[in-house]
Amino acid sequence: MDKTNSKFKLSKTTKSNLITYLIVIIAYLTVQLLLAGGHMSSLMEGLLVPLCIYVILAVSLNLTVGILGELSLGHAGFMCVGAFSGAFFSKCTQGSMPDMLRFLLALIIGAVVAGVFGILIGIPVLRLKGDYLAIVTLAFGEIIKNLVNVLYIGRDSDGFHFSMKDSISLHLKEDGEVLVNGAQGITGTPHDSSFTIGVLLILLALFIILNLIHSRDGRAIMAIRDNRIAAESVGINITKYKLMAFSISAAIAGVGGVLYAHNLSTLTAQPKNFGYNMSIMILVYVVLGGIGNIRGSIIAAVLLTLLPELLRGLSDYRMLIYAVVLIAMMLLNWSPKAIEWKERFRETYFSGRKTGKSETAQVSQTGKGVK
Amino acid sequence: MSFISYLINGVSLGSVYAIIALGYTMVYGIAKMLNFAHGDVIMVGGFVVFTIVSSLGLPPVLGIVAAVAICTVLGMIIERVAYKPLRNAASPLAVLITAIGVSYLLQNIALLLFGANTKSFTSIVSIPPLKLAEGKLMISGETIVTIISGIIIMVCLTLFVNRTKAGQAMLAVSEDKGAAQLMGINVNGTIALTFAIGSALAAVAGMLLCSSYPSLTPYTGAMPGIKAFVAAVFGGIGSIPGAMIGGILLGIIEILGKAYISSQMADAIVFAVLIIVLLVKPAGILGKNIQEKV
Repeated sequence: MDKTNSKFKLSKTTKSNLITYLIVIIAYLTVQLLLAGGHMSSLMEGLLVPLCIYVILAVSLNLTVGILGELSLGHAGFMCVGAFSGAFFSKCTQGSMPDMLRFLLALIIGAVVAGVFGILIGIPVLRLKGDYLAIVTLAFGEIIKNLVNVLYIGRDSDGFHFSMKDSISLHLKEDGEVLVNGAQGITGTPHDSSFTIGVLLILLALFIILNLIHSRDGRAIMAIRDNRIAAESVGINITKYKLMAFSISAAIAGVGGVLYAHNLSTLTAQPKNFGYNMSIMILVYVVLGGIGNIRGSIIAAVLLTLLPELLRGLSDYRMLIYAVVLIAMMLLNWSPKAIEWKERFRETYFSGRKTGKSETAQVSQTGKGVK
Repeated sequence: MSFISYLINGVSLGSVYAIIALGYTMVYGIAKMLNFAHGDVIMVGGFVVFTIVSSLGLPPVLGIVAAVAICTVLGMIIERVAYKPLRNAASPLAVLITAIGVSYLLQNIALLLFGANTKSFTSIVSIPPLKLAEGKLMISGETIVTIISGIIIMVCLTLFVNRTKAGQAMLAVSEDKGAAQLMGINVNGTIALTFAIGSALAAVAGMLLCSSYPSLTPYTGAMPGIKAFVAAVFGGIGSIPGAMIGGILLGIIEILGKAYISSQMADAIVFAVLIIVLLVKPAGILGKNIQEKV
């Protein structure tokens, strides 16, 4: 936020991006030091991978909500797609290749499948706007969850067998095994996720998103967010850029899903992990961190995951606090009266120069948020 | 015979959806916002009746009156505190996200007060089931009451909107807020009235829903709420007859889908209907197509 260092002439955005990467790296090193020193409880250790997953999801949702300016309530659906495709791949190829290579391929497959779903859903859905888009993405998330719960896939010497009814109707031979067992999901996924991989994936996701935002394509996407008609009239291909943002966001959510799947031994699609509530929770991270502010999403995801664990006594009230925070944040940030009141407060108590500076810094960071 | 009984069950469930969808569609028509918390007002209505009738042992009539009163007040408070400040916000998504927050808040308050355990709701209907065709076709009392109250509510609401001054004011506000204000209509009052009516309907829907499907949890209202929104979109959002048709059709689709395709896939079928409708006819069955002007 202070004046550009004269030694390194970095542009404002590069600097801001570097700060974001640095925050992640410093946080990673701190955790590693704590782990090495044995200052980490096993509970906190267990939280490290979920933390990475939430950060990845929050960052990717922010691309849709903050940069594209469309509210998606089906983000957990993309995560679900990624998780199941990645886990399915790992289960099929377990033992036939080195673990690291298999996990890498699983990540790529999860991302690609989720991205393809993003495009498939996006083509029809992105014609809609605002509320309709929100409700359709929500519907999509629920459909995915439902479909996965009735999906049965088995394998024997004849190849793969599919069914939508039950595992018996797969008609497997003696040597067959059920890979995806409907509501019981996939069991025995290799435990490949680790904190280091999670952080690397966070950095990769940040790299993709931050570069996208500051590229020509990203500016086109933000132009659509700020004024669709104006953007169209200067020749921006609305469908193309909307789809681009939406599918990238979905693909990154898919990576989060693969990470999730390889952190658990049993993967099932329940309302708790892939339902509407999960999508809302990610949305809370995005809103609390600042819509359109990528760095904010990371911080909010980390804080909101850690706080309830640190304050054990409050765990009953966790969701209640989330709800109140969500409402309060929206009222304070978006209500015309609150905005007016905040400005008056600033004028009375701070000097004009100071406010001017912090405001420009914020605007360059957050853009204008949802439009 | 089983097809007819499925059909009747579908109409019954559809009537509940239609009552909820009426609340959605009226609020959407006037405030131009998707009231996500509407489904949770249903749950509140259910819990009020549960507390009064099952826990305190008071007569069901009292429970009905209390539920309608509490939900009406609740709806107006929600509107006043959470939605009104954001009515002129720069982004329409702001109020949508706030509504999601309110929905979450109601669910979690209910969770703290009543716990996550499923409560078995005692039906408030004491009409014996109707036996037709020598006992082959049985229609439960709840089904009869649901369908009849659905019809009564639809007729009353249509009369109210078309014949009374307040109803006309609602139509005017939904058409053009600015012009309505210039004509001397109290816009804020009209919006508050719409929320009050919508929430009262939600309370009725909650009682009917819980009587037919007697399990009550803090999340009871969420799914029917979303499905009722699907119904409202199906029929054309903002249109009162559309909400009724959409609700009943959706109820029939859901029950028939459950019976003949797959019981686990019923929700997926309902949502697939929504997606298809929005793609083929985005304005819904009875909705008007509005051209966007620059």
